[in-house]
Amino acid sequence: MSATLKPYLTAVRHTLTAAMCLEHFSSQVVERYNKPEVEVRTSKELLLNPVIISRNANEKVLIESSINSIRVSIMIKQADEIEKILCKKFMRFMMMRAENFIVLRRKPVDGYHISFLITNFHTEQMFKHKLVDFVIYFMEEIDKEISEMKLAVNARARICSEEFLKRF
Amino acid sequence: MSQTLTFGDSCAPVTCHAWNKDRTQIAFSPNNNEVHIYQKEGNDWKQTNNLVEHDLKVMGIDWAPNTNRIVTCSVDRNAYVWTQGDDGKWTTTLVLLRINRAATCVKWSPMENKFAVGSGARLISICYFEKENNWWVSKHIKKPIRSTVTSIDWHPNNILLVAGSADFKVRVFSAYIKDIEDQPGPNVWGTKLPLGQLLAEFPNSPNGGGWVHSVSFSADGTKFAWVGHDSSINVADATQGKAVIKMKTEYLPFLGCSWVTNNSLVVAGHSCIPLLYCHEGNQINFVAKLDNTQRKESGGLSAMKKFQSLDRQARIETNDTFLDSIHQNAITSIRLYEGTKANTRKFSTTGLDGQLVIWDLDSLERSIEGLKIV
Repeated sequence: MSATLKPYLTAVRHTLTAAMCLEHFSSQVVERYNKPEVEVRTSKELLLNPVIISRNANEKVLIESSINSIRVSIMIKQADEIEKILCKKFMRFMMMRAENFIVLRRKPVDGYHISFLITNFHTEQMFKHKLVDFVIYFMEEIDKEISEMKLAVNARARICSEEFLKRF
Repeated sequence: MSQTLTFGDSCAPVTCHAWNKDRTQIAFSPNNNEVHIYQKEGNDWKQTNNLVEHDLKVMGIDWAPNTNRIVTCSVDRNAYVWTQGDDGKWTTTLVLLRINRAATCVKWSPMENKFAVGSGARLISICYFEKENNWWVSKHIKKPIRSTVTSIDWHPNNILLVAGSADFKVRVFSAYIKDIEDQPGPNVWGTKLPLGQLLAEFPNSPNGGGWVHSVSFSADGTKFAWVGHDSSINVADATQGKAVIKMKTEYLPFLGCSWVTNNSLVVAGHSCIPLLYCHEGNQINFVAKLDNTQRKESGGLSAMKKFQSLDRQARIETNDTFLDSIHQNAITSIRLYEGTKANTRKFSTTGLDGQLVIWDLDSLERSIEGLKIV
C-alpha cells in the first residue's frame, strides 16, 4: 500500500464510523412516509454537513449524512482513456445490478463515479463496522481491479496485433 | 455483572421495551408492528401474548406499574392503551391523538392518570381518560416545537414534562390538565403552569449541536439530563439558576440516558457500551465503562478454518466480526430494572442486535476497581 493511501483510507474509515450513526425516522412532511432524508432533503435540520476527503484531485470521497441515511460517493482515479472506459463500463455493470449489492445507489451523485446509499434499515440488518469495512475494501480493491483489467486489455491487444501483423 | 437475554429465535432489533411492576413480564417490539409479551417461568421466558393492533412499526411502549396498563405508539399515527382482563387477554382502548405524522415516543405520568406522546407532527399530545366516551382524549402542546419530538420524560410532580426534539432544543413544558387535576403549586422550574406553558428552553449547544436523542428528569426533579448527536452529555440544573453543564465525550453519539442516583447517570448509544457519568457541582465527570468485555479468542487459527473461509468467503479469516462489548450494535433504550431513579440497582438495555442485557450496578461496583456510585 502506498504511503498516501493508508492515511486516506483511515480518514475515510473514521468519518464513516462517525457518520453511520443512524436511527429510524419517519418523514415529518408527508404522512406515513419513510424515505432517506439525505435523498429527499425536505427538512434542513435533519441533514448534517457533507464531508469531502480527497487524496488528490482525481481521488476523493464525499460523505453526506442525515438522521436516517448516509450517502457515500467515490471518485475513482482514471489516468488515461482506457481506464476511463474500463471504469465507466465496470460501474455501469454494477449499478445495473444495484439491488444485488443492497447498499449501492443506482446512479452516482454528480461529479462522482459511484455512490452508496446506506439507511438505518441496513445498519439494523448488518453490522455497522462490517458496512464500513465493506466500503473501505471496495475502495482498496477498485483501483487494483481496474489496473488489472487494463493490463489484461493491453496484453490481449498486444497478442492480437502480433497475430495480425504476422500476415505481413 | 450482567445477564443477557434473547427472546424467541429472531435476532431482529428490539425497538423498545418495558417491564411490568414486579419484572416478571416484559413487553417489547421486534422492530415491526407487533408487541410481544414474555413472562418469566423459572429461568425461561415464555411468550404469553402478541399484541397486534398497529399496522406499522411500534416506536414506543410504556407499562404503568400500578394500574398495569400498557400504552404503545407507532408510526401509523396511533396510540393504544392496553388493559388486561381476568382471562389474561389484553384489550385496547382508543386514544384520540389527533396527529397526522408518526408518533415517536410515549411515557406514562408518574401518577399514571395521563400520558404524553411525542410525534413527527411537531407537537406533544397529553392524553387523559374520558369516562363518558370510554376513550382517551388529548390536548396538544404545539409551540414552539419546530421539528420531530424525539424523547420525553415526566417530572416526578406529575405536572412538568421535558421534551427533546430534532430541532436541537430541549424544552420544559407544563402538562397540567385542569379537567382531571388540582391546581399545582409553584416549583423550581416556574410558578404559572397552564397547559403548554414553556418554562425553560435550552439549545443543545450555542450554535446548533445536533438532534436531542434522550432526556431524563432526576429523581428530585430539580435537574434533568439530555444527550445529543454531538456525543455530549448535558445537565440543566434549576437550583443553579437553570444553568447548563455540558460535557463532550470521545464516544459515538448516545441514544439513551437515565439517572441511576441523584447524581449519577447512565448513557448508552452507538458505541454499544453503557457508560456511567457523575454530575457534581458545575461539572460532569466520567466514572466508568460498565462493559469491559474482551473479544472472545477463537482458539487460534486452524489451517482448516483458514481454507474454509478462503473457500467460502474468498477472504482470509479475520477475527474482527465481533465487537469488544456485549451489545453488538447500537443500544437504543435504557430502562430501570430494579430500584428507582434515586437508587437504581439494576437496569436493562436493548439495542439493534436484538439482545436485552440486565446490568447489576451493585456487583459492577464491587468488581470494577475504584468505582463508587454516588
